[in-house]
Amino acid sequence: MHKKNIFRYGFLLEQLVKRNFNTKYRQSVLGILWSFLNPLLTMAVQYLVFSALFRSDISHFPVYLLTGIILFSFMNECVTLGMDAIVASGPLIKKVAMPMAVYPLSRCITALIGLGLSLIPLGGAMLLSGTPLTPALLLIPAAALLTFCFALGMSLLMCTLNVFFRDTRFLWSVASLLWTYATPIFYPITIIPAAWQPVFRLNPMYQLITFMRTIVLEGLCPSAGQWGMCLLAAALPLALGVFVFRKTQDRFVFHL
Amino acid sequence: MEKAMVEVQHVTMDFRRDCNRTTHLKEFAVNLLTGRHHIEKFRALDDVTLTVPQGCVMGLIGPNGAGKSTLLKVISGIYRPSGGQALVHGSLVPMLELGSGFDADLTGRENILLNGAILGYSKAFLLPKVEQIIDYSELRDFIDMPLKTYSSGMLARLAFSIASVVEPDVLIVDEILSVGDEHFQRKSRARMLELMKGSSRAVIFVSHNLQQLREMCDRVIWLDHGRIRMQGAAGEVCDAYEREAAAT
Ligand SMILES: Nc1ncnc2c1ncn2[C@@H]1O[C@H](COP(=O)(O)OP(=O)(O)O)[C@@H](O)[C@H]1O
Ligand SMILES: [Mg+2]
Repeated sequence: MHKKNIFRYGFLLEQLVKRNFNTKYRQSVLGILWSFLNPLLTMAVQYLVFSALFRSDISHFPVYLLTGIILFSFMNECVTLGMDAIVASGPLIKKVAMPMAVYPLSRCITALIGLGLSLIPLGGAMLLSGTPLTPALLLIPAAALLTFCFALGMSLLMCTLNVFFRDTRFLWSVASLLWTYATPIFYPITIIPAAWQPVFRLNPMYQLITFMRTIVLEGLCPSAGQWGMCLLAAALPLALGVFVFRKTQDRFVFHL
Repeated sequence: MEKAMVEVQHVTMDFRRDCNRTTHLKEFAVNLLTGRHHIEKFRALDDVTLTVPQGCVMGLIGPNGAGKSTLLKVISGIYRPSGGQALVHGSLVPMLELGSGFDADLTGRENILLNGAILGYSKAFLLPKVEQIIDYSELRDFIDMPLKTYSSGMLARLAFSIASVVEPDVLIVDEILSVGDEHFQRKSRARMLELMKGSSRAVIFVSHNLQQLREMCDRVIWLDHGRIRMQGAAGEVCDAYEREAAAT
């Protein structure tokens, strides 16, 4: 049915992204400034708390922290916002036919723009801490895109679950908290017991953050192995998310 | 007869009426374990077949719960039928509840773009029409204010103006709308009639007003308990419906 073909709804997607962006930035007094401050403040707190423990192991610790914080909170925002997208648009979905994926997708795109903005404080931190600026930084869009695909996949899955079971958001708030601690954001993976490290490396967010850190901190193009892991981490969840969403979307309307 | 714009072929619509409807993972898990998950089906449409040709105004009549709204939703693509199929040839605008996509924090002008996009209009189509929509709604003085400052009558005006600038191939109307103050009600009704009279389009509309159906429709379908009870020329079906209503 042509009404459900998402590629004909580029204009709607554009309008929804604009709307999300406006509600996010127009309403808070600090506006865009807040999206700069937020990762910086988180980084500052973590720096104060953890620098005594890990600074000697990690060079440019503030930049190390910031890359992890920015990527993880981007993923978290995609899932948290995207998860609610269908339920929040329920009244509309019951009245007008349209491809429902526009709702979670538009929210993830809004978060992606936010990620772009948070590269500005990252750049600032790199300059201040004397992290060398290298041509490898041109690969940042690739890291962002891979993380976007992973986050969109997660977002579609959680969004589907949330339509059928409204307590999904509580499940997610617990899960995302545990996930934050299980991801080496403010610690190096080397502090994990050797036997457990392979398990921690299966975490897609670990792979994606490490990919980003290779680019930003080491100034290198990630290895073929890293590219492979990250492509898998992006493609598999996205494929699963799209599959599950498409399979069940005709039934959403009866649960809204 | 001219070409068919809407073809409904053997459409059946079953709703699940879950006796203990689970909306929580926790309950679902408990029900799964105790084996207490019982689903009852309810057939709201039963083997409905109809065709609406170009230029035809098709009325839909029937008691409450007959399945009229459900049928319109199947045709609009909001519900996927459990059986059969509904084909629509051309663009379709559902005039079901208008303005459901409005965002109170955006201005009237921004909402025109958002709501138009929701209805599936393209950018190229909508942008040149924005001024026309504003003029038609007679809300130019308020158009750059957030929608939360609008009265409900003003909202209805804006919604109707957005939905009615299009010249859709298929128009779906659930009860003729009367929106806004008396002046705007007359104006919107006239526009509705104008839209419905267009010879290139097909219209399906639900009404309980037999007078209106006789005047406006070429054909009428009488729906009862999800089945087509009768279909034919407007006068005939309305007479039969009226006789039955009088008898009971
Ligand atoms: N989403 C739904 N879930 C379960 N039952 C529904 C749903 N929508 C409608 N029904 C049932 O289907 C029947 C037809 O409803 P409807 O099409 O709204 O009737 P009408 O518009 O002719 O008054 C009613 O018995 C109603 O309870
Ligand atoms: Mg109805």
